[in-house]
Amino acid sequence: MAKELWKGNEAIAEAAVRAGCKCFFGYPITPQNEIPEYMSMRLPQVGGVFVQSESELAAINMVYGASASGVRAMTSSSSPGVSLKQEGISALSSGELPAVVVNVMRGGPGLGTIQPSQCDYFQATRGGGNGDYRTIVLAPCNIQEAVDMTQEAFDLADIYRMPVMILADGMIGQMMEPIEWHPIPKREVPPKDWAASGRRGRAHSNFITSLRIDAPDCERFNRALEQKYKTIAEKETRWEEKDAEGCEILITAYGTPSRIALSAVEELEAKGVKAGLFRPQTVWPFPSARLAELAAQPSVMAVLVVEMSLGQMLEDVQLAVQGVKPVRFHGRVGGMVPSVEDIAEQAGMILREVR
Amino acid sequence: MTTVYRKSAGLQDRELHYCPGCSHGIIHKLVAECMEELGVIDTAILVCPVGCSVFAGNYFACDTIEAIHGRAPAVATAIKRTHQDQLVVTYQGDGDLASIGAAEIVHAAMRGEKFTTVFINNAIYGMTGGQMAPTTLLGQHATTAPQGRQKELHGSPIRMAEMLSTLDGLAYAERVCVADIPHLNKAKKAIKKAFELQLSGVGFTFVEVLSACPTNWGMTPLEANKWLLENMAAYYPLGVIKEVQGT
Repeated sequence: MAKELWKGNEAIAEAAVRAGCKCFFGYPITPQNEIPEYMSMRLPQVGGVFVQSESELAAINMVYGASASGVRAMTSSSSPGVSLKQEGISALSSGELPAVVVNVMRGGPGLGTIQPSQCDYFQATRGGGNGDYRTIVLAPCNIQEAVDMTQEAFDLADIYRMPVMILADGMIGQMMEPIEWHPIPKREVPPKDWAASGRRGRAHSNFITSLRIDAPDCERFNRALEQKYKTIAEKETRWEEKDAEGCEILITAYGTPSRIALSAVEELEAKGVKAGLFRPQTVWPFPSARLAELAAQPSVMAVLVVEMSLGQMLEDVQLAVQGVKPVRFHGRVGGMVPSVEDIAEQAGMILREVR
Repeated sequence: MTTVYRKSAGLQDRELHYCPGCSHGIIHKLVAECMEELGVIDTAILVCPVGCSVFAGNYFACDTIEAIHGRAPAVATAIKRTHQDQLVVTYQGDGDLASIGAAEIVHAAMRGEKFTTVFINNAIYGMTGGQMAPTTLLGQHATTAPQGRQKELHGSPIRMAEMLSTLDGLAYAERVCVADIPHLNKAKKAIKKAFELQLSGVGFTFVEVLSACPTNWGMTPLEANKWLLENMAAYYPLGVIKEVQGT
């Protein structure tokens, strides 16, 4: 299939439409505005619904309404807006409702900057709103992967009846790259017999709620969620590696920094350093087991985590590595992006230090 | 044997949890009867709020979605836009609609979303235990206004039906109460009319129901109904607030 040049945000929106997304609800915020703009043009062409909501709260609750009545729905935003959406993401998790939420991250805290960042990792991977819940978090490193993951996200959301987040950064949203619209393997999704879409002859009424006021009921529900999350961790954890077996320094990064880290690995290898890359594609569930296995190799002298944050995925790496090897960190924040040279230099320094 | 009364098919056969003298039970019945009379129980989707009626889905026979605090109009917007031929109703209290959900109700009305909101105004937060609502009357006592609501401190109570009626998207707004049988009959007519107008696709329809909360007002049910007619109906005028010509 021929390659086409697409801007990240628009490609994500088109991917959603191709995945059968019928509704989009959103509120303007930079650097993700091309997603609602594209949807406002595209969804009416396919009989879908676009609403520019009055707020992020309204947008995520519109997603809740569409989803609860059995319709595939999506919203997108950037960091401060995703904070507002946490109310609804928690409610979607509790109502066990499928939804796709895109976060094109920008620097924070507060209004921060509109430049790319990964400072919402904790929020994305620890639930983010109130309650003991998780969302599946897919972290694309280029536009092709953003397109593929967006399409898969709708099936994942329907299969597990929960919100799935595409955790991109401003770089992926704003840049243009050639992509291919290759077919995505469709997964078997269960019928939405739980949806409150009108009884239409059904013997009982469906009631979608996030309230379980009796403590034993609420505990039972939380335990059921726990089981669901265990299943997801077993079946849906994904990562990619490059020369990670037999390496001396294992660089770990996701999203935009992971492709910069890949260049650093190649630069180090050209100088004769045995460098490897470990790139989580799902940051929840986090690929802890494989990372632990790689870090425990006798050849590995240190693990270097690279992020556009002050060190958030770093904690998941430390939990996985369990102190078996030194874990070091290199991060740029506030909209700044790490460079190939800096990563390679850091790796060299760490190796000299631990040898 | 002649049947002189039966429960509406729009309600499930369950015991209500509401306090003695609370208006929710009566209003549930009216909404359910209107659905039944219009033959839409099998297709209607009800969105219930946070507050005492958070459990409404346990009582209504139609499909129900519980929205979190104040967001029912946003939830209903998406439902109605994707289920255009079905009756979609939000059932919301005053804290839910006039305070935390003020933005959602205003913008749903502004967009002229084609669903109906049944607004239960009892001038107090019920479920959380009697805190001041945006609709609490001046001088009325609440657990967070122990000296009574004061204009200088809290502002004057908000008249939602009038405020929303300034928006072009609102097609019909009426304020009713259920303090006695004549008013109850008018209330049912208003709800049914709102549903019929919704199904004809004219725009956003809104019925405000002045309601009693004897528990949090510190009154007997009879005292509460008397107080409602003498005080609430004096500040919140009953009747049609807006009806777009041609509807």
